[in-house]
Amino acid sequence: MKVNDKLHAQPAKNGLAGFKVELWNYEGEKGALIPLLQAAQDTYGYIPESAIDQISEIVGLPAAEIYGVITFYSQFRLKPLGKYLIKICDGTACHVNGSERIAGVIEDELQVSGNDTTEDGLFTLQKVACLGCCSLSPVIMINDETYGRLTPKKVQQLLKEYKTKAQNPQTA
Amino acid sequence: MKTIKVGLGTCGVSAGGEKVYAALKNEIAKQKIPAKLLETGCMGNCYQEVLLEIIDEQGNDYLYGNVTPEKVKRILDEQILQDKPIEEWIVKGLKAENEDTFFSKQKRIVLRNCGIIDPNSIEEYIASGGYKAIQRVLKEYTPEQVIETVLKSGLRGRGGAGFLTGIKWRFCRQAAGDKKYIICNADEGDPGAFMDRSTLESDPHSVLEGMMICAFACGSDEAYIYVRAEYPMAVRRLHHSIRKAEEKGFLGTNIFGSKMNLAIHIKEGAGAFVCGEETALIASIEGKRGMPRFRPPFPAQKGLWGKPTNINNVETFANVPWIIDNGAEAFAAMGTENSKGTKVFALAGKIARGGLVEVPMGLTINEIIYDIGGGIRDGKKFKAVQMGGPSGGCIPATMGDLQIDYQKINQTGAIMGSGGMVVLDETTCMVEMAKFFLRFTQDESCGKCTFCRIGTKRMLEILERITDGKGQEGDIELLEDLADKIRNNSICALGGTAPNPVLTTLRYFRNEYEAHIRDKKCPAHRCGPLLTFTILEDKCTGCTLCARVCPATAISGEKKQVHKIDQAVCIKCGKCFETCNFKAIIKD
Repeated sequence: MKVNDKLHAQPAKNGLAGFKVELWNYEGEKGALIPLLQAAQDTYGYIPESAIDQISEIVGLPAAEIYGVITFYSQFRLKPLGKYLIKICDGTACHVNGSERIAGVIEDELQVSGNDTTEDGLFTLQKVACLGCCSLSPVIMINDETYGRLTPKKVQQLLKEYKTKAQNPQTA
Repeated sequence: MKTIKVGLGTCGVSAGGEKVYAALKNEIAKQKIPAKLLETGCMGNCYQEVLLEIIDEQGNDYLYGNVTPEKVKRILDEQILQDKPIEEWIVKGLKAENEDTFFSKQKRIVLRNCGIIDPNSIEEYIASGGYKAIQRVLKEYTPEQVIETVLKSGLRGRGGAGFLTGIKWRFCRQAAGDKKYIICNADEGDPGAFMDRSTLESDPHSVLEGMMICAFACGSDEAYIYVRAEYPMAVRRLHHSIRKAEEKGFLGTNIFGSKMNLAIHIKEGAGAFVCGEETALIASIEGKRGMPRFRPPFPAQKGLWGKPTNINNVETFANVPWIIDNGAEAFAAMGTENSKGTKVFALAGKIARGGLVEVPMGLTINEIIYDIGGGIRDGKKFKAVQMGGPSGGCIPATMGDLQIDYQKINQTGAIMGSGGMVVLDETTCMVEMAKFFLRFTQDESCGKCTFCRIGTKRMLEILERITDGKGQEGDIELLEDLADKIRNNSICALGGTAPNPVLTTLRYFRNEYEAHIRDKKCPAHRCGPLLTFTILEDKCTGCTLCARVCPATAISGEKKQVHKIDQAVCIKCGKCFETCNFKAIIKD
């Protein structure tokens, strides 16, 4: 299991080849499928088809079964992410404090609905069950930054800032 | 030298704790200030994050709340360099127990070290009395004596169902087979619950020690922690803690110089609520889709890889070292006849002082909400409290004298659950609340049992219809009928409890359902399609703001003239209501 730990701490950065080399460390290990999928997603930001084929070889399961596991768990993605991942918390505390309204504003502003990516590939929306900072509700996360005690106005301002940042990368 | 501690649990980090920490570090280095900077976990009073504790040379401590990087310089200048506390920024904390009911009504067993020690330091855990219990167990106890002690303490599983922990351990102990597994269930999936996350982030060693004691009692040499991948900080701190414990010889072979071996692995969950169920969790560790199976055989007989397995929740394990250290009697002395010890709650929602609280069993709901939580936010009225998340229910304010006790809470139709406590006020619509939870369980149903898969979907459709103003006579009865069938025809607790939010709101707030269906009104003014927005003629100044934000161009009127909403065109989005600066728009 030491191998898992190492892989998680340092996801392979050198593309497919590097990923494959690390994969062999898992051969024959029991219950390796989910850690392998997590490693693939850490490496690519999503699980590409080629990774499914490689993992299928290692764990000896048909690709169809692996696909079944991928779609069962909400953590796994089969499509690449936008530049900014917006996680909209819809936990109970955020919900009673108006998270739906916040989600509506974001969807309106970005012209994208549900769990999808904007056409320019800039933003991906994801509704999540609970980010665990209920005392700051309503909360969203944009990549690793958390923004709490939001109002529709604050969110509009925030999105504007991110759009500007994306257009002028040198000032970011 | 003074010590500065910054609360860096997820709540502290979300509120900007790392920026405060960096600002402190920077300033201390720049000015060469003689102070020791440390990090700690969650102090509990999350509503005042970022929290910063300063301990001076005499051992006096000062807790600063709502700290921002901008405040850092003044705190260092005045409190650290000139010994002048900044009274207006100081909040009451853990040590000021008698001064503030937020802490004085609490009893911290599980959270004994949270917000006090540095979670990354095994030395600090040892210095606070950690790893004594396991050493005592290894020297003085037989496995049967450990089980007897846990049984006598009356500890029940804190994951929700409340099964007696000692009995569970005995089943696993007595199961045939040499190889046995211990699993710590840290797949905290209830939306609005963060007890386990805070414990793992703030005091990971207490959970590891509890697992060691359990492994000794059950005769196991291999254990897993199944933790949500959405809790990156908890995962990081667990990896670190296990490594440190291995280096010290507390984990691995011949732990603490005894004959016992134990390896603890971490498995990251991949985001499926149903994996909180024991058999689904086991399937997930085995690398499969997390679907529950029939019991028996119970995991104690046939669990992970077909071997006897004991599964407990994070909070249950964290209680165990305390019980060994202080005796079963001390634990059993707290609480009610059926429920012993304490319970940790994540207090959130429309509460003035939200956070992580631990109370002795037997305290009343009102005591938690008013004395600890400081009552309802913004002077609103307390309506109900939601306990047990999607598997639980809403307990109305009129039952506020109810004691925290497994049986008494079950009798209301809610459940103790893992400890989410979401407070609702008069602006919360109970039908909408039930819909919210049902949407969650419907989405998380694994799809194995027909009634859970399709029945929850049908129930959700009915609730959507009701909140859309299209409810029909007979809908309530249909909901009750479906609830009954889902409950009795699902193999696991997800389906078995999924109807609870609907059933409890029907039991205590039936009139709200009826108002939606018959009068086409939402008493809490929450369900959009049932609202009517009107402009008060005497208050409208004709500023035109509402007309400009209206996406349906339903508002007309000349500048400086009273405006009007065309009800036939209005889509009831509420944007005008939110935008009006003169409170000239009302919703009904």
